[in-house]
Amino acid sequence: MQTKKFNIKNILSNYALYFIMILMVIVIGSMSPKFFSWRVLRDILMQSSTRIIVALGCLFILISGSADLSGGRTVGLTAVIAGSLAQKADYYIKFWNLPELPPIVPIFAAVLVGLIVGLLNGFTVSKLKVPAFLATLGWMMVVYGTNLLLCNKPPNNSQPLGGFLKNFTNLGSGNIAGIPIIVFFALGMCIIVHVLLTKTTLGREIFSVGSNAEAARVSGINVFKIQMITFGLAGACYGLAGALEAARTGSANSSYGNGYEMDAIASCIVGGCSMTGGVGSVIGVFLGVIIFNVINYGLTFIGLSSYWQWVVKGLIIIIAVSIDMRKYSSNK
Amino acid sequence: MEDSRYILELKKISKSFPGVKALDNVSFAVKPGKVHALMGENGAGKSTLMKCAFGIYQPDNGEIFVNGKKVVFSGPANALENGIAMIHQELQPMRALTVMENVWVGRLPHHNTLGVQWVDWKQLYKQTKELLDDLEIPIDPKTKVQNLSTSHCQLIEIARSVSFNAKIIIMDEPTSSLTETETELLFKLIARLTQKGVSIIYISHKIDEILRISDDVTIMRDGQLVGDWPASELDMDTIVKRMVGREMSNRFPSKKHKPGEVKMEVSHLTSANPHSFKDISFTLHKGEILGIGGLVGAQRTELVETIFGLRKKASGEVTIDGQKVEINSPEDAIRHSMALLTEERRVSGIFPKISVLENVTVAKQTADHSSYTNGLFLNNKKRQKDAEQFVKTFEIKTPSLKAEIQNLSGGNQQKAVLARWMLLTPQILILDEPTRGIDVGAKYEIYSLMEQMAQEGKAVIMISSEMPELLGMSDRIAVMCEGHLSGILDGKDATDEKVMYLASTYQKSGVTTDAN
Repeated sequence: MQTKKFNIKNILSNYALYFIMILMVIVIGSMSPKFFSWRVLRDILMQSSTRIIVALGCLFILISGSADLSGGRTVGLTAVIAGSLAQKADYYIKFWNLPELPPIVPIFAAVLVGLIVGLLNGFTVSKLKVPAFLATLGWMMVVYGTNLLLCNKPPNNSQPLGGFLKNFTNLGSGNIAGIPIIVFFALGMCIIVHVLLTKTTLGREIFSVGSNAEAARVSGINVFKIQMITFGLAGACYGLAGALEAARTGSANSSYGNGYEMDAIASCIVGGCSMTGGVGSVIGVFLGVIIFNVINYGLTFIGLSSYWQWVVKGLIIIIAVSIDMRKYSSNK
Repeated sequence: MEDSRYILELKKISKSFPGVKALDNVSFAVKPGKVHALMGENGAGKSTLMKCAFGIYQPDNGEIFVNGKKVVFSGPANALENGIAMIHQELQPMRALTVMENVWVGRLPHHNTLGVQWVDWKQLYKQTKELLDDLEIPIDPKTKVQNLSTSHCQLIEIARSVSFNAKIIIMDEPTSSLTETETELLFKLIARLTQKGVSIIYISHKIDEILRISDDVTIMRDGQLVGDWPASELDMDTIVKRMVGREMSNRFPSKKHKPGEVKMEVSHLTSANPHSFKDISFTLHKGEILGIGGLVGAQRTELVETIFGLRKKASGEVTIDGQKVEINSPEDAIRHSMALLTEERRVSGIFPKISVLENVTVAKQTADHSSYTNGLFLNNKKRQKDAEQFVKTFEIKTPSLKAEIQNLSGGNQQKAVLARWMLLTPQILILDEPTRGIDVGAKYEIYSLMEQMAQEGKAVIMISSEMPELLGMSDRIAVMCEGHLSGILDGKDATDEKVMYLASTYQKSGVTTDAN
């Protein structure tokens, strides 16, 4: 009898996230049956795609036991950089005086810039020993300032960038077999990150560093290297997300990505990451992002003010973490 | 029913956790003004029993009586009101505050003026001073706790329980991080407390201590009571036998290894930290166990961590197999076939939330990626095979390889960390307090392992604060005092007195090395 009771409790707390999500979908769906349609699912997946990639970056950081506030602004900077390299030759405000480039160039440039920001974060945290929260706060400001300065460059003068090539915007808004291309990007990244974290020595070393950095050092793990790599990978994810964000919206300006880092952290936490490091999974993060976007979309769908999403999101974070804490404290 | 001769009585206590019956019908009774030792191997249920007595756990069955009256504790605060206090193994004082605030926190003396409670600092100082003087604890109440040693923090914690008028103080492994002198200080305080009629429940693995200070001994095994005896009727062998439930003829394996040629030579090694060790020279032979003794603060851990590349040196050099080596990081050390079992298992040993499998394989996986991978990806079968083998040979008790290591007992965690290093087949093994907080059976296993390594011709360095272990295991004993090497004794004619003498004195005139 007693063991059975424990099992139900365990199942409830282990899969709380899934239950919350199913419950939400049922509630929204019962109020508006049209919610169960391919179009809605496609919209939610599309809107979640860049968020998922940002959250995957954040996942690296949280597993390694750090924090990163620079994600959102890095998305903004890399969106502008990608956009500026994807303009049509005859667009009337040409950012750079360049010919038309294949879409791989803006994406590559955005990932590279993201990687550089990530490595700067990593160096500041692991070499200069600045606490991650402050180091990434500082770089976030530098990145945002750089983006403002860049966007203000004549002839652009702080206007939103536009006039992107079709083959670039297609990456964000096009379809293959009815499925948005951007969703392939997100799912592809999920698989890559999942494999990296669970099947490679690098992945396991990231977990080790996050679980106990001192023990990792004693065991011969180069903690500096691992931290540089995690921040670099996170930055690269932000860069990819930035490029796709520009492609999806067909535009870019300096306010892009604002607040994405907080959403990403929230999604990771709801998805079972620990703020103290060493714990986290791609599937959890994926569901975390989807839950937030289901709320976002679902509330508007049933005719509630979108302002409610903030209230609901906040409560979800608190509920998810408190369930998680119960899980750990019952282990003791 | 209840017996008023006892100040605390636990009757037929049972407690289960999911999958484990931690306590099975255990009874335990303490007389006033006595030291009552509670012994058993790790996992025997001592801590669980005490947590029931202190209100941290609610027993599933059984009753608790204090002074003959039945009680049910809602929590530790409630237990404290009933005169029961517990000194935990790991203290969590408020380091930035003074001793007096730490003692009286939550109960600071105050006076009310203008509706505000103002702290009465004079009264606070006075009552703390009285308390400490009464217990003969030589600490100024105004000292900040961060400036105190671990042992002094512990004395303060005990004083705090006395300030609550505790009649029963539970001490969980109080001497595990104390040196011999500090231990003496604690024993003096215990004697002083029992004179005042306070009862002490003393949990420890150190049998010699128990025999010295306790009046009664209760032994537990696998969640069950083995029995109670007056300490005067017991000796070391009987206790060990009753704890492990089997004959254990020797506490140390017989020495069969023979030291060979020089493996490593450390010359004039000086720490980059000016407050740490200076000018240390010694040799380490193949097939030798070199003990390092000394008091806390002798900088022994700093020395071995510098050799292992975890800390920076200012000068001096290390040669291995006659070749000078530069070791600037643990990776370098591992490349030179060194391994270091660190002193603080929880701080720098285990990865708490990660599986036993990964905890065991992490070092080999890092040092040699190809050993566990097929091309890019991890090969779980190889890792599992290695981990399984060591879980078996080291008898690591774990529900599965996937279990988080934080759920294992201390001894099993230690064996897992040791297994992590053995997978790398090191030639120089440095063990920093390898048996701290580990039960007798597991200790013996670790000693056997050290003996086996020495027989295989490996060089072993063992830091130990436990005199019997130091004397029983070492071929030679290097003794440090305040950052200096004060002498190297030959294991055959080393005695506690000689070691203690060297540990507390350092003669600038030179190092006294016994003829080898």
